[in-house]
Amino acid sequence: MLKPAAIVGQVILYGAFAAVIGTFATWPKYQQIPSDVALIKLSISHLGERECRKRTPEELAKMPPNMRAPLDCPRERSDIRLEMDLDGEPIFRTVLHPTGLYKDGVSTVYKRFEVAAGSHRLTVRMDDNLDKPGFDYVKDEQITLAPAQVMVVDFNPDRGGLFFK
Amino acid sequence: MSFHTALRNGASSVFLRIEEALDVPFGGTDNPLRHLGAIGLYLLWIIVGTGLYLYAVLDTGIDAVYQSIGYLSLEQWYLGGVLRSLHRYAADGFMLVMMLHLFREWCYGRYHGFRLYSWMTGIPLIWLAYAAGIGGYWIVWDQLAQLSAIATAELLDWLPIFSEPSARNFMSPDSISDRFFTMLVFIHIGVPLLLILGLWAHVHRISHVDYLPSRRAMVATLAILIGLALLKPALSNPPANLATVPGALDFDWFLLFLHPLTDVSSPALVWSLLFGVTALLFALPLLPHPRPQPAAVVDPANCTGCDRCLADCPYAAIAMTQHSSRPGFRLAVVDADLCAGCGICAGSCPSSTPFRRREALVTGIDMPQQPVNALREQLEAALARLEGRTRIIIFACTRGAEAGPLAAVDTAVIGLICAGMLPPAFVEYALRGGADGVLVATCRSGGCEFRLGDLWTSQRLLGQREPHLRRTVPPSRLQLLAASAHDDRTLAEVLAEFRTRLEALPVASDRLPPYLRSASHHA
Repeated sequence: MLKPAAIVGQVILYGAFAAVIGTFATWPKYQQIPSDVALIKLSISHLGERECRKRTPEELAKMPPNMRAPLDCPRERSDIRLEMDLDGEPIFRTVLHPTGLYKDGVSTVYKRFEVAAGSHRLTVRMDDNLDKPGFDYVKDEQITLAPAQVMVVDFNPDRGGLFFK
Repeated sequence: MSFHTALRNGASSVFLRIEEALDVPFGGTDNPLRHLGAIGLYLLWIIVGTGLYLYAVLDTGIDAVYQSIGYLSLEQWYLGGVLRSLHRYAADGFMLVMMLHLFREWCYGRYHGFRLYSWMTGIPLIWLAYAAGIGGYWIVWDQLAQLSAIATAELLDWLPIFSEPSARNFMSPDSISDRFFTMLVFIHIGVPLLLILGLWAHVHRISHVDYLPSRRAMVATLAILIGLALLKPALSNPPANLATVPGALDFDWFLLFLHPLTDVSSPALVWSLLFGVTALLFALPLLPHPRPQPAAVVDPANCTGCDRCLADCPYAAIAMTQHSSRPGFRLAVVDADLCAGCGICAGSCPSSTPFRRREALVTGIDMPQQPVNALREQLEAALARLEGRTRIIIFACTRGAEAGPLAAVDTAVIGLICAGMLPPAFVEYALRGGADGVLVATCRSGGCEFRLGDLWTSQRLLGQREPHLRRTVPPSRLQLLAASAHDDRTLAEVLAEFRTRLEALPVASDRLPPYLRSASHHA
């Protein structure tokens, strides 16, 4: 039979165990970003371009009939150059490399930018063929971000290239 | 002494003090710190039981699940809400207990030798437990789930394992579908199943596993969890919305602490920390540590194949095979890699009785570092030496209270590798050899270095376990004491009280007839 003092001791210690669990299961609260900040997520997954060469009629004639593809395309994809400016200030510059052992996979990027809520000028430039000068895709837009809003910068050739969502 | 050894010694000293302090209200059997593994398993069964109910009643769909969990917490609070809260708080308790268990085993140096397997198989369980726990938060698909899922994906994306960032799956509200919920359920059921499988492997090489703590500890633990569930029910945060970043959230720091840590540092630092700590835990057994004790040795000529050593070995180091020279008999076989060298098997062997007349006592299974024959010779020498009105023999575990300083002209101290290696017949042999009383000092209940030495010893001496002390031995002449290395004073006090009690006994009231092995007949 437990002594009263032992019962009191057990109640206190089990209570302390419960208090530790109950407290740190919900407290302190956690807020990932300040309440007056919004988030821009730059997330692009895209295959870089590749330079294809048109086969001459002589070359095609030498090939078996079932393999006479008019274009000779290398397996490797181009690196992708990406730039992002916010309110005229550069905030991100990178060159994305294709994935895969043969550099034939997609080039990807995922970055988060915490920016103050409000109106901003956002410019994104992308060059997916570094053999050619200049940027193939440019998106320049005045945006308005609400506090805690998430705005995504993505790329989809079917939607005209770069887009903000 | 290396830095690690000094650190571990300091930590173990503090931990042992706390553990012993908790013995005061709880006693050894109910002391949670002495049964962390069993409490962890008990919490896991609570998680599994409540989880089965939640899985059965929740609607399966990424939107529907939020609604149905909300219904459980708000409308069906008396059942579903309580079970949901139990599920969460038991998971938090499991994490806490698991880390304490890890810390305790490290403190006491239980990561090498015969414990290597349990140590190594325990480390991956920490990863599985966190994977299961974090995945569980996602199922609710509230803002905390959103935060955790995205933060985990971003953390995983730092590793070169995905061709595309997995965080791209959480870019907009329409990117989440019911298939995502199916994956979550798969993770949250599959990973715990792996965890249970891993736990089976973790305890595979020990016998008499504490699968559950004492009934009192179970009732108390369940009571506090139910109390928490009623006082502070687990509730969902607002529903997930991938178009916004969650605001301030009630945060589970037991399970989700990696996310804030990543936010204030970097994925690289967090992965370095996780892999670094894991590698360190795996590498601990490579650090210098005491040499292992010699393993038990079986003498086929004296092994009767009775299975008692098999039944009592705490580490499943003994198996039985066919006796090579005695058809129909079995023979104990010791796996030296698993043997702790505790001698509990020698204490359980019926052939270890000192009453055997052979000049050299060869038992069925014995310890090379302290053979039963040497123990008998030591006892006989002590009995011949003892003088005074009340002659007492103390059999003491050398890992428990320090009995050496109590040796005197009327008191002999015989140290044991573990109290469990004492064949009970030695108590009767001492009393019939001239001792007025025998004091057996074990470690505290639940505090045996070899898990079961104190339990087996007390059960054998109280006649509850084979080989038991014969019932003709008067209980008044036997004193059993559970005393840790910090209980030297208690041991001295109990010895003094025992002596006073013996001196108060009527002369020859319950004395056993003397026995002299060297004589041809009973004297």
